[in-house]
Amino acid sequence: MSTLPLIGAALRRKKTRTFLTFCSVAVAFLIFGVLSMLRVALAAGVDIANQDRLVVRHRVSLFQMLPESYEADIERLDSVVDAVHMTWFGGVYQDPSNFFMQSPVHPAEYLDMYPEVQLSEEERLRWIETRNGAVAGRASAERYGWQVGDRIPIQPTIWRQEGRGDDAWEFELVGIYDSEVEGFDETQFLFRYDFFDEARSFGRGSVGWYMVRVNDPERAAEAAAAIDDLFLNSEAETKSEPEGAFAAGFANQIGNLGLIVTAILGAVFFTILLVAGNTMAQSVRERVGEIGLLKALGFPSARVLRLVLLESVALSTTAGLTGLLFAVGLGAALRPTLATYFPGLFLRPQDLLLGVALALLTGLVTGVFPARQAMRLQTAFALRRL
Amino acid sequence: MSDDGRAPGAETPTDPPTEPPMVEVREVTRTFRQGKRTVPVLRGLSLEMQPGEFLALMGPSGSGKSTLLNLIAGLDRPTGGEVVVAGSEIHRLSERRLAAWRSRNIGFVFQFANLLGALNARKNVAVPLLLTSLSRRDRLKRVEIALDIVGLADRGGHYPRELSGGEQQRVGIARAIVADSALLVCDEPTGDLDRATTVEILDLLTALNREHRKTILMVTHDPLAAARASRILHLDDGRLVAEPAADAVGAGALTSGETAA
Repeated sequence: MSTLPLIGAALRRKKTRTFLTFCSVAVAFLIFGVLSMLRVALAAGVDIANQDRLVVRHRVSLFQMLPESYEADIERLDSVVDAVHMTWFGGVYQDPSNFFMQSPVHPAEYLDMYPEVQLSEEERLRWIETRNGAVAGRASAERYGWQVGDRIPIQPTIWRQEGRGDDAWEFELVGIYDSEVEGFDETQFLFRYDFFDEARSFGRGSVGWYMVRVNDPERAAEAAAAIDDLFLNSEAETKSEPEGAFAAGFANQIGNLGLIVTAILGAVFFTILLVAGNTMAQSVRERVGEIGLLKALGFPSARVLRLVLLESVALSTTAGLTGLLFAVGLGAALRPTLATYFPGLFLRPQDLLLGVALALLTGLVTGVFPARQAMRLQTAFALRRL
Repeated sequence: MSDDGRAPGAETPTDPPTEPPMVEVREVTRTFRQGKRTVPVLRGLSLEMQPGEFLALMGPSGSGKSTLLNLIAGLDRPTGGEVVVAGSEIHRLSERRLAAWRSRNIGFVFQFANLLGALNARKNVAVPLLLTSLSRRDRLKRVEIALDIVGLADRGGHYPRELSGGEQQRVGIARAIVADSALLVCDEPTGDLDRATTVEILDLLTALNREHRKTILMVTHDPLAAARASRILHLDDGRLVAEPAADAVGAGALTSGETAA
């Protein structure tokens, strides 16, 4: 027995109202999808942060430099397996709006520290051999149309070259890296530290921060304390913390994102419950006669209840799915453009499922009261409204 | 009109006398609460309808016609007394069983056709069959037969807004007969129609009664419509009363050959 024709008929009864309600619910789920992607993107650093990696920075701020010599000191600690340093370069490629992270690194050490970065063996060797060689993430390469062999000029804003004023640094692109780890930053531009250190006009022998791999993730906190103790009372004291905590602190500089996103979603869904609930209630009120007719024809009350509930669920589920699909499409469309700011802009399967579940729940909640009202209608009374 | 309520010229039901009645209403009362007051609408009313009979129920507004119709159609329950229709003591059935019983035994024709605007005529007629276990093919076959009987075989794909008032009422009648229920209850079936269309609908009901042997119970204010029935009963203040003079009804009976005023 199919009630589909009746559900379709009820939804087509007031097409404009159904369409507007459909749009309201779809937009709510589009917002849900976009905010979910945003939350994931902002927390991407936290999620992909390896728990056995620590970030060691200057105690005062990320922008105070540390001596390059700390690397050997840190690596001497029993709890440490490896350490590499990175430095904020902050240059401009063509236009200041072209923002992506640039850092000088020791290629071999960096690639050991970050197995997420995938380079071919050939590219890896060429990077180690080429003095001004640089590698870029796939997202940046695609965005700026770079190909291996291109010469990339980067205008300095902090680090000028000795005796060359504001001249651009010129790097040769020797490789483009990918990453299979979803959300890993594929916009970075990495070049050789020795080339950078020799050519810069000041601050030789200093680095921005260290990435440290510890041998026991369970004892990462102890290792961090040991590193900080090592440089206590030195001219450059350190602050060490797990990579995840570092990324979370970075993301939370603009507030408690999770709470903000949840609050917005709460407001959106409360509104949508009122909108869709009102539509369903109004629809049933207008159809008292029709519902009476169905009951007179022999439709049992339980079936009438099911009919109204299915109508509500069908509306909110199709609208919800449409909104979520739009969100997925929007994410895919904006991912290349926003990759720099939100490297992990995608709707996770679990968020998609949560969205579908919420759409179902919205349909049930908004339909249950009108459905009960329809079920309890006295047939003879309802027929008088025909 | 004769003592048994039959209109002059109306045919006598051809059922054998041994056949059990289609409708038996025994000492039925029905009261409604109005605030603290109890208002009696039916006051110990009894009647019988034989299978194949066409009975018209007349009376002033508030006399209890619709209440009696609702009781016989299983839409309402009596306060007292018994209602036996098509062999079932329907006053004893639960709500669920009563709904199932209605779907098998009663066809409804209302004053307005009350079709679902988003469904075409064919789908509107098929609505009662959604409650059966018939295959889609069988449902479609029945729908086509019902539409053919009411003379709308070629209009099945039309939506209610594309049909005239009379055609909509015909679709309503097709919906009432599609499940092949034995008893048709008609509540003012011509109350919203002009004279010419009224004649068409009455012709159709008469044909259903005579050719397809449908038992019909019709509530009407229209003496000309009532004259098509094989028997007319009058209600007043919840009781059956003596009929008005026969010529007041029978003389004005509309037939299909008569031109509408």
